[in-house]
Amino acid sequence: MRLLGRRLLMLVLAVATAVPAWASEEAEHAAGVALTPAKRWDILWDHVLIDLLVIGLVFGFAALYMLFKYKAKNPTDLGQGPKLTKGQAIAWALIPVAIFVADDFYLAAQGWTLWGIYRRVPENALEVKAIGHQWYWEFDYGNGVVTQELKVPQGRPVVLRMHSEDVLHDFYLPKYRVKEDVMPGRITYVWFMPDEITETLVTCTMYCGAAHSQMYGKVSVITPDKFTAWLETATKAAEASQNKIGAVTRDQVKG
Amino acid sequence: MSDSPQGFSLKEWIFTTDHKRIGILYLIGSLAAFAIAGTFAIMIRLEQYAPGQQIFESGSAYNTALYFHGAAMILVFLIPALTGFFANYFLPLMIGAKDVAFPRINAFSVWLFYAAIILALISLVIPDPPDVMWTGYPPYSVTTEGNTAFYVFTVHLLGFSSILGAINFLVTVIYMRAPGMGWNQLNVFVWTILGAFVMQLIFIPVLASAVTMLLFDKYLGTHFFDPTQGGDVLLYQNLFWFYSHPAVYVILLPAMGILYDVIATMGKNRIFNYKVLIYAGIGGVLALAGEVWIHHLYIAGVPDWLRVGMMITTLLISVPIGLMIMSLWGTLYKASITFNAAMLYASACLFLLLVGGLTGIPLAMTVMTANLGQTSYVHAHFHFVMALFSTFAIISGIYYWFPKMTGRLAEGPLAVIAFWINTIGVNVTFWPLFIIGVQGMPRRYWDYEQFPQFEPYHHVATYGALLVAVGMLLTLINWVKSAFWGVKSEANPWHSKSLEWTHCPNPPGPGNFPEDVTVSEHWTPYDYVK
Repeated sequence: MRLLGRRLLMLVLAVATAVPAWASEEAEHAAGVALTPAKRWDILWDHVLIDLLVIGLVFGFAALYMLFKYKAKNPTDLGQGPKLTKGQAIAWALIPVAIFVADDFYLAAQGWTLWGIYRRVPENALEVKAIGHQWYWEFDYGNGVVTQELKVPQGRPVVLRMHSEDVLHDFYLPKYRVKEDVMPGRITYVWFMPDEITETLVTCTMYCGAAHSQMYGKVSVITPDKFTAWLETATKAAEASQNKIGAVTRDQVKG
Repeated sequence: MSDSPQGFSLKEWIFTTDHKRIGILYLIGSLAAFAIAGTFAIMIRLEQYAPGQQIFESGSAYNTALYFHGAAMILVFLIPALTGFFANYFLPLMIGAKDVAFPRINAFSVWLFYAAIILALISLVIPDPPDVMWTGYPPYSVTTEGNTAFYVFTVHLLGFSSILGAINFLVTVIYMRAPGMGWNQLNVFVWTILGAFVMQLIFIPVLASAVTMLLFDKYLGTHFFDPTQGGDVLLYQNLFWFYSHPAVYVILLPAMGILYDVIATMGKNRIFNYKVLIYAGIGGVLALAGEVWIHHLYIAGVPDWLRVGMMITTLLISVPIGLMIMSLWGTLYKASITFNAAMLYASACLFLLLVGGLTGIPLAMTVMTANLGQTSYVHAHFHFVMALFSTFAIISGIYYWFPKMTGRLAEGPLAVIAFWINTIGVNVTFWPLFIIGVQGMPRRYWDYEQFPQFEPYHHVATYGALLVAVGMLLTLINWVKSAFWGVKSEANPWHSKSLEWTHCPNPPGPGNFPEDVTVSEHWTPYDYVK
């Protein structure tokens, strides 16, 4: 009995130390290659899927096999399930627990690593304010440039500092595998890496009322040159309209 | 169904204090909720059949349907069917008790339950029905035109009903077991009900306080959740999920409890590793239930240390649940299985539980929810656990104890045909939703013009839902038909060793047992193997 206990302990320790080591090795390997967070998400998703598939197939086939194999020949037949000794009962608890815990820690290590990347905003990131309204998105580039389309330059990380003017919303970029709630009274953020020229969308994934499903906007990734030119034009236009609004107000006051 | 010699009397049913009749009242109420909320589910699927407006005149009307479907299925169907109907009818029989500890409080519980049903039904016909989803998140639930008060009061009534039920059943199990019945001789179902009610008792007050603050914010001008006045919107979400995650186990545990009893009886086998199942499995779920709620708030802007910390606790739930699954699978090992309708549904449950449980693992990982959260992947995952697994377990339990309640069998070709239609239907409905969820299809959308590529998947899912509607209708017809005209059953049709089959007639009369029950120290309800 004591020997069994010691062997079990050894097994648990071996699994518990081996799996996280392997996990961190994989993470280092992945870190060597410059990948966007979205790409890393896809890779991790594949790992997780394989993990689930293995567990699912083992248990699925075990259930299927036993359901057919142990069909009663005779309705009066009785089962022959074993009565476990104390040692067996403990082993049948500890060994599965060791496997489950090892798998949990493997997934936790992988998830934590990528989560760290998701939350650490690169220093050269372009900062844009995102504002949720019932039921549209607004983007504030500073200097009075406010748009309903998110334009970003290719190849530079973008961080969105977000809040809501009314109820809860959720800023979701399916292409970049990021989402975060947007709410009044708190500022939240997400960042993403627009690595290729494309047009995609942001959509709301927190229930926000009648037009919740229509709350989406365009996200355009353009070349850095085009972006600089656009921002300059937009800034000038914003200044001009600011002055115009000011002029109108003065006129009205005079009138 | 006539245990009253005078025949049917409505007054007797309304004022009954008999746990079996109260159980039947819970069954009727929860099945009615299932039928109505199920009809809404079909309408929701028809709306999602294609982008653009389909059958609901507006997004608001659709949102009301979503609200009613979710709130009714969880609060009025699943929880009352499991902890109301099954616990009431069978728990006292399983422990050899003549009734529950407080029969009048028990009657009051079922009255509160019916008051909640009436309130929920009224909310469908008032001018501004609630449209706050079953979660009722502020600020929307405070600023909406919809009548949030109906949501709050429905939760209050059901909450009081459950708290009273919790005290009642905990006292019943602790003090009213048959002489000689030790803790390790209880049916697994009894243990799961104990676990469920311990959680109800601890966590419901938190939900009740959260929705009460919502009520005060909306109608009395307080600012608990209003950031412009110093409140905080996240407070509500924390309080809500502090109850509502354990609520998932309030449903999951008794549903699994039914399976152990059905599989052990139909397999004529002992429960595999009983003590580990009870103390590590159910005990472990209880220990972890209150420490994982942030996984509903992974993308809600809570601090990062919480998101990572509760990722680890959430993943560790796989340990107690894994042990429960080992026992469930182990109970099949060297069994001698006879397949009836109950066992068919129980077999399907094994696979539904596997899919539902495993697809939850990515959702335990904070970073995975950055893409999967609030999509139809989540929707499909929790439907596999709650809508498919738990509902199939309920159906399995109803078939299993059908002779006990009616004295008749509900077996036959209709039961088997309906089973296969249901099993195929639920899989056709929810697998496409997993696929498009990973690709970004959000939940709770009445239109999806920005995602036209998902339309074919929604077609398939809608056809699946229609199949389920047919299967469920056939099941209901079978039950009603069998209750009145079914084949008469022998006293113990499944040759069970459990007290509800061995010691009382079908259906049991007042006082349940013709003679007082005592059990020996070697007796167990799974005493098949020599």
